[in-house]
Amino acid sequence: MPYSDWKDNEYIEHLVKELKDNGTNVVVGTLDNVINWGRSNSLWPLTFATSCCGIEFISLGAARYDMARFGWEVARASPRQADFMMVAGTIVHRMAPVVRRLYDQLAEPKYVIACGGCAISGGPFKNSYHVVKGVEEIIPVDVYVPGCPPRPEAMIYGIMQLSRKVKVEKFFGGVNRQEKQKEFFETHPLDEAEK
Amino acid sequence: MANVQEKIAKLFPEATFEEGEWLLVNIPDAKWHSLAKTLKEDPELGFDYLVAVVGMDWTDSLGCMYYLTSTTHDTHVSVKVATTDRENPMLHSISDLWAVANLYEREVYDYYGIIFINHPDMRRLFLRNDWVGYPLRKDYNADPDVNPVRLDHEAVDDVTVSYVEDGDGKIEKKEITIFKPEDFVVNIGPQHPATHGVLRFRTAVDGETIKKIDLYLGYIHRGIEKLCEGLGYPQTLHFTDRLDYLSAQQNRHCLCLCIEKALGIEVPRRAQVIRVMMDELMRISSHLLFMGTFCMDLGATTMLFYTLRERERILDIFEKTCGARMTFNYNCIGGVMDELDKDFVKDVKKLIEIMPAAIKEYDTIFTGNVIAHNRMVGVGHLSKEDAISYGTTGPVGRASGWACDVRKTTPYSIYSELDFEEVVLQEGDCMARFVERIEEIKQSLHILEQLVDNIPEGEICAKVPKVIKLPEGHWFQQVEASRGAFGVYIESRGANTPWRVKFNSPCMNLAGVVDHLTRGSKIADLITIGGTLDYVVPDIDR
Amino acid sequence: MYDLSKGADWLNQWLNGFCPEWLTVTIECVLIGVVLLLAYALLALFYIYFERKVCAAFQCRLGPNRVGPAGIFQSVADMFKILIKELISLNHIDKFLFALAPYLVIIASMLCFAMLPWGNGLQVIDFNIGIFFLVAVSSIGVLGILLAGWSSNNKFTLIGALRSGAQMISYELSIGLSVITMVAFAGSMSITDICMAQKDLWFIVSGHVPAIIAFIIYIIAGTAETNRGPFDLPEAESELTAGYHTEYSGIHFGFFYLAEYLNLFIVAGVATLLFFGGWMPFHIPGWESFNHVMDYIPSLIWFIAKAVVLSFVIIWFKWTFPRLRIDQLLHLEWKYLLPINLANLVLMVIVICYGLHF
Repeated sequence: MPYSDWKDNEYIEHLVKELKDNGTNVVVGTLDNVINWGRSNSLWPLTFATSCCGIEFISLGAARYDMARFGWEVARASPRQADFMMVAGTIVHRMAPVVRRLYDQLAEPKYVIACGGCAISGGPFKNSYHVVKGVEEIIPVDVYVPGCPPRPEAMIYGIMQLSRKVKVEKFFGGVNRQEKQKEFFETHPLDEAEK
Repeated sequence: MANVQEKIAKLFPEATFEEGEWLLVNIPDAKWHSLAKTLKEDPELGFDYLVAVVGMDWTDSLGCMYYLTSTTHDTHVSVKVATTDRENPMLHSISDLWAVANLYEREVYDYYGIIFINHPDMRRLFLRNDWVGYPLRKDYNADPDVNPVRLDHEAVDDVTVSYVEDGDGKIEKKEITIFKPEDFVVNIGPQHPATHGVLRFRTAVDGETIKKIDLYLGYIHRGIEKLCEGLGYPQTLHFTDRLDYLSAQQNRHCLCLCIEKALGIEVPRRAQVIRVMMDELMRISSHLLFMGTFCMDLGATTMLFYTLRERERILDIFEKTCGARMTFNYNCIGGVMDELDKDFVKDVKKLIEIMPAAIKEYDTIFTGNVIAHNRMVGVGHLSKEDAISYGTTGPVGRASGWACDVRKTTPYSIYSELDFEEVVLQEGDCMARFVERIEEIKQSLHILEQLVDNIPEGEICAKVPKVIKLPEGHWFQQVEASRGAFGVYIESRGANTPWRVKFNSPCMNLAGVVDHLTRGSKIADLITIGGTLDYVVPDIDR
Repeated sequence: MYDLSKGADWLNQWLNGFCPEWLTVTIECVLIGVVLLLAYALLALFYIYFERKVCAAFQCRLGPNRVGPAGIFQSVADMFKILIKELISLNHIDKFLFALAPYLVIIASMLCFAMLPWGNGLQVIDFNIGIFFLVAVSSIGVLGILLAGWSSNNKFTLIGALRSGAQMISYELSIGLSVITMVAFAGSMSITDICMAQKDLWFIVSGHVPAIIAFIIYIIAGTAETNRGPFDLPEAESELTAGYHTEYSGIHFGFFYLAEYLNLFIVAGVATLLFFGGWMPFHIPGWESFNHVMDYIPSLIWFIAKAVVLSFVIIWFKWTFPRLRIDQLLHLEWKYLLPINLANLVLMVIVICYGLHF
């Protein structure tokens, strides 16, 4: 796919610009490129789904949409071995600490895709007494994929955006994202008892 | 029905009656348990199947509606029990008579704070133990500051409480141990690949053998019933698609039927035929997904891809007409939303043509496999009595010899005119449950065959008022969803929003039977049994 | 048939020409080590890609096709990713054993790997108990798995490890017995001798009935030894999340992952050695010109091709059959495979004594 077809994500364009402006060491830069090539092409999802979006995630793995083409089919059941977590479905109050724990169990570098209306904002259940209004209340989100549930094509597009994001990050030195993560955790502390 | 009424009136003079679709018995709480015992154990009454327990807040009183059915006499009765005490409401438990009441009553306790006397396990079901208030009460404080999103893990409890009544009516709070300190408790779920969603089993094991399972629900409890109370009737429809997303059409059909019944709307014939066809297509696609994911749980991953191949074909049919792959929003009050796609008939015919070969392929690759045979035959045996007592309707009940197909017992829409068999198997093990679903696919195809050339011309939607207001009263409607009898209870006070909507999901009963089925089996059998029960977790938690 | 050991001899002489003996030996050892490690890594990457493509073909999918032509760099990308993944340090674990376990697993599989007969004269060391050594070091792997499961201090890993212990120790018996059957037939434990004995006819043909029985048992037990489906209970994804390596991340997990695929190659390689003539070309007695043509194909290619074909069969098992339950698994071994195997050994002895083989 030509780059111009892709050039529609302001956030990533901004990242690229920032990277270009700051400049980087040739050796570190090359190494960065190689590692980022590997990381962006090898995104293993965590098998995690709560509702309808999970079924579409199964469809994504099946023959018609076949996420294996991109190397995403190695869905790991153990969070330690996964690279990103696709929050597919509604997150409710009782589930919130579990989602947070799963996120904490993921090994760095880790990413989150909020998949579907419920994970983005609470979706059709926004007014409920027991629904978390968007998963970003508990964990930092990298990519949002709208839909109810999003079609598998939309999921593919979402993961490809994540892949692009990974590719333009700096692995050595300041990873732009990690600073954001730090900030996030300062504003969303765990309870004392959990530490 | 008069028979039942006479009989109850003779034994319980304090009972009052209201005629209706289901005979309604009003009984004071003190007599409720003995009435329940009579209803169940008297051979002439024989109400052995507890269909639903609907918790209610009538503002002046709290209480429950019980819906009972006799599988032998095919009679129905509903019972209303209420208490005016809002501070400390108590009713008598019937969980000793119907096993399914155990979860139903815990749900009512969770929603309304009604304590059930003699219930062995009075914990909250869906909400956290430290949740403040009872959300479905009309005076519930919904301020998010009272119950904020909390990131601390709730305490895991190995003990539960029970309120026991002694001989002279004094009620005492007793502690009951669930797991002893020496038990090796493995936590399976909520994030686990084999629980089909976010279900949590705390499993006490002895080596590989399961000793006991404690079920935790509510990890996807979205409070749909409370949400419905604030929305107009047409607005409540879309929630049904998201309950059991693999029976989206049937669930929505059920809610539409219930509202249409209350309004007295006659649905055009064309819409009825379309609805039935959509229901059956949905059933096939759901069973296909069941087969795929179940085989994947057993380790035969490849099967998933073969069944999904056919499922995609059905989703294409849906997509052309409804415009979505999963949440269709197709049925509406009075009929269906939109005309059928021009390719619909052609696509369905093609599907009918290819399915028999596909089923044969599944049989060759999986059902005939010796390992699959060993894993399924004789595992997780459910007897007919237990199936009725736990209220496991649908393919699970029918695989245990219980003819519980709502399409046959109380036909709705045009099912009474159609020629199809209710497949009933006697074995009751995992193999029977698996085969049952394959046979049901064949029956659904047979129904489609009869209808595909006979879709009548005409209106697709009846005339309905712009603002839908239901008259005062309450209605109960059941349909056969992919996983069993799906019920909707609506109580209206004449406004354009319902006073109470209750979705009676088949999956909750299926989850409730897991502990009973798995005792003494291996951990791997838990996966087999859970797989063949085929619960959809958002349908349990609602 | 070109003898590759001539190249090694030449290298040895050349080094000896200007180095003292100890330096020669050291240089050679280092060289062998580097070559083996490289071959190990490359083969593992190939196998990961191979399995993903094969299972995609079974499942009417395409499989990886975006990273490099036809997706061949997919597993390379995975390797880069896994190398830089965080190694999570956990509380409440036995840190030393936890870190040791993946190395035990990978060392066991590397030692086996080193013993394989790659080609005519292309072998690290040829000693008279070669096959015995191979069977012995392969059982170190189970220790690593047990330690991984136990030291993680997690109930899932513990169950996975115990399952794995029961399974591997049981199936080791079958592997051992079918190897003994073939060793009896070959009359030697030296790997080169076993290969040379199949010069005219592969054992699977010349040993006819008992050899075929031994092969079937070996391939079943071998699949179980590598923890692959339908015997993948120790890491049964749908039951125990990821089994004994649930708590491992980064390269530690990568070691388990690599070892799993390499063990697949090793099992196939040993089967090639015992039943399909090792690196020996396909010969038919009497067809001289045909045999001559076959000899032109290098022995290295013969060996790898046979091993890949056999591992394809094992991969085929995995993507076809459902998983067994632990009790059924043990029944299969102790009630069926073991008695059949013992009887087969007796049958083989009869075949040898009365010269009933080809």
